[in-house]
Amino acid sequence: MEWDWNVVASVTPSLLNGLIVTVQATIVGAVLAYVLGLVIAILKMSGNKAVAFITYWSSEFIRRTPLLVQLYFLFYVLPDFGIFLSPFVAGVIGLGLHFSTYTSEVYRAGIENVPKGQWEAARSLNYSAYHTWRFVILPQAIPPMFPPLANYLITMFKETPLLSAITVVELFNAANIYSNSHYKYLEPMTLVGLFFLLVSIPAAMIALKIENKYKPLN
Amino acid sequence: MKNIIEFKDVSKYFGSLKVLDGLNLEVGAGEKLALIGPSGSGKTTILRILMTLETIESGLITVEGKPLWHEKVNETLVPASEAHLQKMRQIIGMVFQQFNLFPHLTALSNIEQPQILVRKVTKEEAREKAANLMDLVGLEDKKDHYPHQLSGGQQQRVAIARALAMDPKIMLFDEVTSALDPELVDEVLSVLKKIATTTDTTMLTVTHEMNFAREFADRILFFDKGQIVEQGLPEGIFTNPKEPRTRGFLKKYITGLT
Repeated sequence: MEWDWNVVASVTPSLLNGLIVTVQATIVGAVLAYVLGLVIAILKMSGNKAVAFITYWSSEFIRRTPLLVQLYFLFYVLPDFGIFLSPFVAGVIGLGLHFSTYTSEVYRAGIENVPKGQWEAARSLNYSAYHTWRFVILPQAIPPMFPPLANYLITMFKETPLLSAITVVELFNAANIYSNSHYKYLEPMTLVGLFFLLVSIPAAMIALKIENKYKPLN
Repeated sequence: MKNIIEFKDVSKYFGSLKVLDGLNLEVGAGEKLALIGPSGSGKTTILRILMTLETIESGLITVEGKPLWHEKVNETLVPASEAHLQKMRQIIGMVFQQFNLFPHLTALSNIEQPQILVRKVTKEEAREKAANLMDLVGLEDKKDHYPHQLSGGQQQRVAIARALAMDPKIMLFDEVTSALDPELVDEVLSVLKKIATTTDTTMLTVTHEMNFAREFADRILFFDKGQIVEQGLPEGIFTNPKEPRTRGFLKKYITGLT
């Protein structure tokens, strides 16, 4: 098998388009995961037992089932109920929903890792509930959340090829379409790997920086 | 002497464990009390109940004549609302075994912030008072240090200053030297003695430092199994305890007691 630079030249434009879709899906999916995760975390910690219970088990259900199945459900099953989503929208909803169950755990752990003594100190100084959250708990809980949230962003980026299953033409699918019609796999798939590396290595380095910056104080 | 704190037949359970057993206690305004006794005897629980960190199951506690864990609605006592507890907490301050300083704030900000947020004083006023208190606890050169840059003894002194900044009439000290290395204990205790002799703040101290208790306190309370077994002047308790349980406990701390 010979490496063919002509294949590289002809496939690269569509791969770049695919990469754009991949990055878009990652970013939109991540924003969704971060916001939805916060909502889930708050509902899980809710004083209302029924709300907390339902949220906990729904989120466990989503977290313990494959993303691929969820994507199929959103794209191929929902139309049976009259809900039609474009491949991209279904894809980012699936990605965001799936990873929101992970980010919600990051938020929950961040808050629960603030020592009990901090709550008691705030109470003994007569802080209101708002002041306790705003000036004592969140300033300590949020910085340690950044590293795991950054890592989930990278994980989501690497999971985007799953969106090809619901016809989103992201980076992997762009290569796949080319390969299937030209019977050329070596160059397109090598380039896919290379493109993923080109994005994820710098991203990992940034994540590491974030991790060092937000090391706990004590 | 007018009583600033009264416990009337107060009981407290953790699950099925009775930590306070029908406790009666009166504390005079300005009095300095040392609570001693084996761990699990309920002495820390008394402080935590006064700081409204723990509820009570039965009985009545009054602070400055007002019920702490209850409030009067149409002439009947009902469990206290958060608003009532907030009012009562203005009277009381607490220093913890683990310091519990806010790690994301400098020493000075730890003392400033509660004044600004809770007592609504101006930034300048809060800063001046914080600086004065840092002087009082001997840390005038550590104002801009973060808690993790300070020794345990220094952190605890900042925590004492932070509690004092709120001008409480009652100060609670919960084993404030228990988490410290032995060589750092004295610097904290001498601050406590300084406060005791220079202010008329009512002080309740749970401690295992018997020499300190003897010097610091007007009255010693010996606790065991959720009850006051014996109480009295330091001289009497430490040289001639009447109850066998007190004697047994103190033997471990005081040489020469038989």
